[in-house]
Amino acid sequence: MDPLIAPGDIPYLPRGVRLTDDHVRGIRVLQAPERAMQLDPIGDAILSELDGARSMAEIARDLAARYKAPEDQIADDVRDFLTGLIERRMVFVKETP
Amino acid sequence: MKDHPAPHDPAPHDIDGNPVTPGLPMAMLAEITHRCPLACPYCSNPVELTRAQAELPAEDWARIFREAAELGVLQVHVSGGEPGARRDLAQIVASARNAGLYVNLITSGIGITRARLDELDRAGVDHVQLSLQGIRPDMADRISGHPGSWDKKMGFADWVTEIGFPLTINAVVHRQNMDRLPDMVDLAERLGARRIEVATVQFHGWADLNRAALMPTREQAAFARRIVNDARIRLRGRMVIDYVPADHHAIYPKACMGGWGSTGLNVGPDGSVLPCHAAPSIPGMRFENVRDRSLSDIWHLSDAFNAFRGTAWMAEPCRSCERKTVDFGGCRCQAMALAGDARATDPVCSKSPLHAQVVARAEEDAAADTADFIYRRMKKGG
Repeated sequence: MDPLIAPGDIPYLPRGVRLTDDHVRGIRVLQAPERAMQLDPIGDAILSELDGARSMAEIARDLAARYKAPEDQIADDVRDFLTGLIERRMVFVKETP
Repeated sequence: MKDHPAPHDPAPHDIDGNPVTPGLPMAMLAEITHRCPLACPYCSNPVELTRAQAELPAEDWARIFREAAELGVLQVHVSGGEPGARRDLAQIVASARNAGLYVNLITSGIGITRARLDELDRAGVDHVQLSLQGIRPDMADRISGHPGSWDKKMGFADWVTEIGFPLTINAVVHRQNMDRLPDMVDLAERLGARRIEVATVQFHGWADLNRAALMPTREQAAFARRIVNDARIRLRGRMVIDYVPADHHAIYPKACMGGWGSTGLNVGPDGSVLPCHAAPSIPGMRFENVRDRSLSDIWHLSDAFNAFRGTAWMAEPCRSCERKTVDFGGCRCQAMALAGDARATDPVCSKSPLHAQVVARAEEDAAADTADFIYRRMKKGG
């Protein structure tokens, strides 16, 4: 499956998509139009980095440093995870200005 | 506790007395009014519509939303009728957001001005779902029974994107507009929609009265499937396409509501709480009301919600079917309507003994030589 995002692209949560706590179930969820998606800790960690300023490559580098993990592997995981959400229109992408 | 004394349920049990374990609901449909300027002949509201004077006040909705959030509901679909028919819609929306819910506004776009849409933006609407009855004024206005609806709707769609709401187009398809599905997908794309929901008419209530005018042909159902599949590939990453197929032409039934009483609940304009909007078509079911009992009690303890929870109530061929936890035996209301028994296998399932009969009737309706509708209207006198 072609990735829908390049390393230099900036991923962000568009209007109508938000990260929230589900206090009843004790989980983190991504809320989007008519969808609520349970996030595992990795998904939550990735989406919490989306600030609309840093590129996907920068986010992967920061996560690799924080979790002391191989950067290549983190970059692949982030790309695949975000591609799935871009397909569902829950993450948008802009090019680096 | 006025008219509806709460039953004393020792433990939740299904319609046959088997114990069940209620889960937590994710989504609530809030049908805040049945009033609507449109008269679509497949409306999902009941044939017996609730009148304005019986509608819950906004304060009651605020309480229901708080109870829903405490119960585990994450999203509310504020719908109708046309929710814009209520003057206090923005107040209702704001109370849902204050309760912590994600707010989807389900609208025809008719009767909501630009100024009101700005007000709804400030109130916290997260997402707008706009219904589509057809393509171009002649088709859309005839199907909706409302002259001028197309032009108003297109104007409304522009305001939605100007304000920046995420937009879903909800295209309801049937024999009289299915051939124009490609144009509906193109329109949704042109309007900047993030999603299009292509929903084949479900034959309950009003739609059942109009079967002969609405039933798609087998060829149309196959055509729609092909258009959807092609569009999903072509529009990958640009627009999501959700598809509710014509289940009279399917092999297996749809997993109605994701399982009865499992993830969703509907609250009607008068506060009655239903497992699905068509549930009142099942005789003998008693539905409780948020005026009398908490939402949590109704969800966990009411006979109606527990009736078809789990799989123990199922008969053959469902009982031994490997798909029983995939589609849950299909739609209970359709089983009622077509088999005369709400416990039966949904007769649209190819394993149902009634399947051949149901298909034959669908093909007969699809071949009917009528385009005339019985439009959805409130009875005179209110």
